[in-house]
Amino acid sequence: MSEEVLQQATPGLIPGSGTARAAKPTRLSPSFISWLQAGPMMLVFLAFFLIPLVFVVIVSFWDYNEYQLLPAFSGRGYTDTFEGCIAQLPDLCTIGKTYLKTLNLCFMVWAITLFIGFWVAYFLAFHVRSKTWQMGLSLLCTIPFWTSNVIRMIAWIPLLGRNGLVNSGLMKTGLINHPIEWLLFSEFSVVLALVHLFTFFMVVPIFNSMVRIDKSLIEAAYDAGATGFQTLVNVIIPLSKPGIVIGSIFVITIVMGDFITIGVMGGQQIAAAGKIIETRVNALQFPAAAANAVILLVITFLIITMMSRIVDIKREL
Amino acid sequence: MTETTRTKGVSRRTLLKGTAGLAGLAAGSGAITGFPYVKSADAKVLRYLGTAVNEGDDIAKQCLKDTGIKLEYITATTDDVTKRVMTQPNSFDVLDTEYFSLKKIVPSGNILALDARKIKQFDNITPVFTKGETPGGKKIGGQGTAPWKVLYLEGKDSKKFATSATEFVTLIPTVYNADTLGIRPDLIKRPINSWSELLNPEFKGKASILNIPSIGIMDAAMVVEASGKYKYADKGNMTKEEIDLTMKVMTEAKKAGQFRAFWKDFNESVNLMASGETVIQSMWSPAVTKVRSMGIACTFQPLKEGYRSWASGFCVSKGVSGAKLEWAYEFVNWFLSGYAGAYLNRQGYYSAVLSTAKAHMEPYEWAYWMEGKPAEKDIKAPDGSLLEKAGAVRDGGSYEDRMGAVACWNAVMDENDYMVRKWNEFIAA
Repeated sequence: MSEEVLQQATPGLIPGSGTARAAKPTRLSPSFISWLQAGPMMLVFLAFFLIPLVFVVIVSFWDYNEYQLLPAFSGRGYTDTFEGCIAQLPDLCTIGKTYLKTLNLCFMVWAITLFIGFWVAYFLAFHVRSKTWQMGLSLLCTIPFWTSNVIRMIAWIPLLGRNGLVNSGLMKTGLINHPIEWLLFSEFSVVLALVHLFTFFMVVPIFNSMVRIDKSLIEAAYDAGATGFQTLVNVIIPLSKPGIVIGSIFVITIVMGDFITIGVMGGQQIAAAGKIIETRVNALQFPAAAANAVILLVITFLIITMMSRIVDIKREL
Repeated sequence: MTETTRTKGVSRRTLLKGTAGLAGLAAGSGAITGFPYVKSADAKVLRYLGTAVNEGDDIAKQCLKDTGIKLEYITATTDDVTKRVMTQPNSFDVLDTEYFSLKKIVPSGNILALDARKIKQFDNITPVFTKGETPGGKKIGGQGTAPWKVLYLEGKDSKKFATSATEFVTLIPTVYNADTLGIRPDLIKRPINSWSELLNPEFKGKASILNIPSIGIMDAAMVVEASGKYKYADKGNMTKEEIDLTMKVMTEAKKAGQFRAFWKDFNESVNLMASGETVIQSMWSPAVTKVRSMGIACTFQPLKEGYRSWASGFCVSKGVSGAKLEWAYEFVNWFLSGYAGAYLNRQGYYSAVLSTAKAHMEPYEWAYWMEGKPAEKDIKAPDGSLLEKAGAVRDGGSYEDRMGAVACWNAVMDENDYMVRKWNEFIAA
């Protein structure tokens, strides 16, 4: 939009038209300019995402031995991965158990981050009146991001350990006699760390949707006699949906692929889809790792497709 | 409106120009710094790929002083070193890696065997590597990828390990050690003398093993054998049935809550032990030293079934030739000439050439680290920090006692692929 205005006002200033200034001013078509604007990102996306992804898919169908990739078609990466899935019925096979665990963790983290994220965003959008304070407070939310992910995660360990701060505090107050073991290296600690790390990814998009809700709609609801709860359910939540979905996509994709947090906080004893890939890569079994990466991608993609069925993000934005 | 847009546009254009200029500058400066490097090609630089074990700053400094060779360290984990040799063989000159990875590296053809005749101290290398026995004549357990099984190649470009000595050496030995369980004697309060204690329900929720499959399964096998459940023909090369059996025992223990956590790197193992999360776990010697230097009691417990051992050494990348290859020989010869050996011995590892290392150590240091005698004076680490007070005795005793009791070596099995899959199953259980 502003580009077009710019061209009409000063045709000589079209980027890259140094010669055009002397000769007859030429116009670049708006669609060409849009391509030009989207181009760099598209190239980055192509070079660092799409092409590598194609390679991953190709390699996932290769064979391998102890020390090299064998570029011959083989479904071994996949068949090995689903080994025992039929034979062990009704018990789950390794991959089944792993995904069940990963999805389970993912669901818990999603539900908790959504709950917390929604109310933090709600507070910022509707209870904080001044724009300055809104900005200030949302910047405050980013402070934890000044240190690395790993440090924020590891910081929990001395707190939750057997002889950690929480346990020794509880023992001193006499509430417990023995340290609580499940505080650390358990699903609890994994979920806690993931929620701590990723709630902010929920807050931002939801907040963004909420501040764009026309305040007069809420006034209208109030005038029409809606209770606070009715306004929330019938006005605010539906209008925040794009933010909720975008935040959910952030959180779900991150948690589905995570293996570091699950590894460190789970004491390396909890299976994760990402963990399988890591073990395979470390054993130089690249095709098997690639096959697992493709499976993870497909499952994550399915989840996201289902979510975007609920809300048409493109239209809402 | 138009006015402001225009200003914006102009400034954006200037910005673009500026960025392009900066990029050009960056490219230019790259070329400038690159130039003298090409010019001064005779500055002796070796890119040294390895794990952190040998890559001490002091070693690099001393090497530069003695030989004029500048070492550029490329530090990676054991798995990543192997990965790099496979995928980027031209990204390093000298490779420092473990013998068990040779089963993967040698068939890839990415490394060059060194010529034993050009290694001055080769004949003085400890018989642990060449014959599989200690200098005192004790036979060493050879299960797994024992170094003497993979020390020689049949020919210069051969990919086959020779059964008898040839002049083509896969890895010139540098450092090795015997690993066992670390324990917290202050929390266990009774003697521990068998690997089977790792799965003793008494330590439920307080045990740990390594989460590196190829090493972890060896520790698991030591436990299974110690508990009398099974006797392996070769722990380092299990059949599928043996892998199933080993993992079944471990899975049952895991489900019963035996393990507090699995560890993957040095610091994790130190933290688990120091914080009291675990009281018994597989461990590495310097990690035990680190816990002790924090003022916490920790013993590298000798066990009646013996130690699990590992060893590493030097070779060069396939791409190294000419003058660079000569520097590589010069560097390896320097490494075996004593300074580095003494440095490693003082950390609790063992050096490949004992005589030269001894010449670089004080007699009281040698007596403590190698002969298992009580320390006459305080024992200091290479960086000068206090490790042990006078009177202390090394866990496990002398070199002969420790290396003589080795039962097996870190290994890559023929069924490695199957084992890795089973390990994932174990984690998921």
